[in-house]
Amino acid sequence: MATLDPERAGAAPWLLSAPALLLFGSLLLVPLLLTLVLSFHVFSDSQGTLATYTLRNYLEVITDPYYGAIFARTAGMAFTVTFLCILLGVPETIVLARMKRPWQSICLLVVLGPLLISVVVRTLGWQILLGNNGVLNNALQALHITSEPIRLVFTMTGVVIALTHVLVPFMVMSVWATLQKLDPQVEWAGRSMGASPFRVFRRVVLPQILPGVLSGSIIVFALSASAFATPALIGGRRLKVVATAAYDEFLGTLNWPLGATIAVLLLIANVAIVLGCSRLAERRFKHIFD
Amino acid sequence: MSFLTLKGISKRYGDFTAIEQIDLDVERGEFLSLLGPSGCGKTTTLQMVAGFVTPSTGTILLDGRDITHERPEKRGMGVVFQSYALFPHMTVNGNVGFGLEMRNMKRAARAERVAEALDLVRLNGLGGRYPKELSGGQRQRVAIARALAMRPELLLLDEPMSNLDAKLREEMHIELRSIQKRLGITTILVTHDQVEAMTMSDRIAVMHRGTIAQLSTPFEAYERPETPFASAFLGKTNLLPGAVLQRNARCAEVNVAGTTLKVPHEGRHVQGEVNVYIRPEKVHLAAVDTAGVRATGRITTRVFTGNQWLLLIDTGLGQLSVAQPNNGAPPPDEGAEVGVAWSDDDLRVLQKEGNHGNA
Repeated sequence: MATLDPERAGAAPWLLSAPALLLFGSLLLVPLLLTLVLSFHVFSDSQGTLATYTLRNYLEVITDPYYGAIFARTAGMAFTVTFLCILLGVPETIVLARMKRPWQSICLLVVLGPLLISVVVRTLGWQILLGNNGVLNNALQALHITSEPIRLVFTMTGVVIALTHVLVPFMVMSVWATLQKLDPQVEWAGRSMGASPFRVFRRVVLPQILPGVLSGSIIVFALSASAFATPALIGGRRLKVVATAAYDEFLGTLNWPLGATIAVLLLIANVAIVLGCSRLAERRFKHIFD
Repeated sequence: MSFLTLKGISKRYGDFTAIEQIDLDVERGEFLSLLGPSGCGKTTTLQMVAGFVTPSTGTILLDGRDITHERPEKRGMGVVFQSYALFPHMTVNGNVGFGLEMRNMKRAARAERVAEALDLVRLNGLGGRYPKELSGGQRQRVAIARALAMRPELLLLDEPMSNLDAKLREEMHIELRSIQKRLGITTILVTHDQVEAMTMSDRIAVMHRGTIAQLSTPFEAYERPETPFASAFLGKTNLLPGAVLQRNARCAEVNVAGTTLKVPHEGRHVQGEVNVYIRPEKVHLAAVDTAGVRATGRITTRVFTGNQWLLLIDTGLGQLSVAQPNNGAPPPDEGAEVGVAWSDDDLRVLQKEGNHGNA
């Protein structure tokens, strides 16, 4: 790729990226900064948000076991969804990569399908499927596998199922990218050196698609930890996660500073985990991949 | 009994026939090349020997054992791939030792064998590097060391040099050949590079459209091509279309553009339309009025390549390509009228393709 001398480049790089910078600045950084500032404001039940500053909101969220439980539940949900996405997405991608032409594109479209459907429609679909009188429970009872409906709606199980469904495509896309870069001859090389197909997969293929699995996991984790619509609609009002808790503070109790605090803490936790993971991955794979 | 035998091997993909009834015997310790243009089936043949592709018909015997349907991991062959197919997540040591690890060899013994294999390809001391940290030539040596570390009975090379630059490639030809001779390892090389095949092989199988067009030593293949394809594919040649006038015990008299050429037919039953061939280096320049001049013409192109001069001469027989070794004095310039001469023994004649079922 052609590069310019630093002296000759002048203002061009800045001018060219100005629209994007402006967009990011005004639509992302400014609201984030305002939220951060808001989280330090004092809230009074009778007078609303006051123009004085305090750390009490942070102390409250960190020390109150009520919020602790919400954060723990969110982390548990995000890790479970990530784990399930790896478990389902990696084999799925490998099968997809080996499919023949027309079927490959058709199946890829099916996998990416959830992303094309509005979150509300998709979630209502899950309601119909998972509800006490839903398709799944009716089928289970008709087959006499269970005598009464299994509660899935308004439970964490239901939320995890629905989130995994919508986030698996991110795992598939990310693993797909690394699989495309894989030299198809390395599998033959492994076989010729006496490794069975299973050992070739474990020792040769898997380590090479690991970076893809990792970046997919980071995306899935970040998206599920901050997911709002699915937990709100399938989890319901009582099964709170961090995102729905922040929403309730803003629009339910109208305690904006506390809602902002929860949002900021979620952002910090998310960034810390994601950055930590990618740092680890970078150090681990630095000398292997370009 | 040959070490490796291919009997009646065919490979079909749907309606497409990649390999059509190949028979091939490879002797123990022999270096054999499968030479041909892309799509001739040479790589498919190698993949069937390695076990990556199952033949549609026929059997493959290795040392008398039927391996036609044996899985590749059971065959114990060393394979060097065109892309090298190194494992990027393992060090050189890890790559070279992988096959030994799969055979559950103990760590200490493995390290010894890995060092030995790296020594063989002169890569000592680079065992701790990752493939990404090596040059193209070094990666190729790792691929060879990896195949040799298992001490396979059969070494399969799938265009291993095609990613190297010309100079390095020539060095590797000599080096790989000397390693192969030292170890006495039976080797099959797949290549489209005729110089590579000639430099390294004991025998060359010239492949064309899924069949073996010729199987002989490099010298025989070059000097006595048996098919028009082999003649054109191995080196450069001048092709002069003509018709057989008469045929006696040793020679055929062929009419080429009104001139009669006497061509040794080597026992072939040539008749009707034929092609007469002569290699550019077998044609000599002579003064126009010298006795024994076979044709005269004008030099249209003169190219200097260092060790030789390449000339194109328009003669009454057609355009002739002539190679003159560089002996210090340049040949006549473009536009000059010259005569050309050759010994009749250097002419070859083959039945025209498609005319007599000779192809």
